[in-house]
Amino acid sequence: MIKITPKPIDIQKVIDTASSLGAGAVNVFIGTVRNTAHGKKVLWLEYEAYEAMAVAEIRKIIDEASHRWPLLGWAVSHRIGTLKPGEVSVAIAVSSPHRRDSFEACQFIIDTLKEKAPIWKKEIFEGGEEWVSAQPNVAKVYN
Amino acid sequence: MKCTVQAFGITREIAGSKEVVVELPEGSTVSDFKTVLFSQFPRLSTLTSLFIAVNQAYAEDSQVLKTEDEIALIPPVAGG
Repeated sequence: MIKITPKPIDIQKVIDTASSLGAGAVNVFIGTVRNTAHGKKVLWLEYEAYEAMAVAEIRKIIDEASHRWPLLGWAVSHRIGTLKPGEVSVAIAVSSPHRRDSFEACQFIIDTLKEKAPIWKKEIFEGGEEWVSAQPNVAKVYN
Repeated sequence: MKCTVQAFGITREIAGSKEVVVELPEGSTVSDFKTVLFSQFPRLSTLTSLFIAVNQAYAEDSQVLKTEDEIALIPPVAGG
């Protein structure tokens, strides 16, 4: 399952989808919205995705992970829209016969997703806003 | 040829629209497209990086564009 959704992520569904009777481990990564950025209080984040390509890129990442580790199941769900601090932005679960493979595969999937998947976020903090990583040392500060 | 291009994130804000139209000579590459794009929207050149997606996949600078291609601007990504 690969899902890009404006609705709150159903973490249990992500885990259930990835689970397998042959697995000795299900590894889960949950990404959450942090309440600070640049030493300022984050009010909310706005996530946006090029959905069709994001799904295609995540599928390539899963294919690569499945090639490198003996995965029995997997699921990725990424939220878009407006998210407040503490809310879940992404959930990833993978299962494998032994725990080490599930740890490594899960880390590979989140690291590569952050690098490749066409998903963006704008931080709206007290006194300004910024598209994360978009421009070197630029934050738009409200006057 | 006339290309309709999807703009996301900061590129959407710089272009002021979710879609921009770029006029290109036939046989133009992704690299040629970026040159025209930067002259049309100079602020795009201030981005840390700008990739071009063709038909929902990252494209190389040398790729030749066709009228029917689905083209999108991919500013630095920040998922997770």
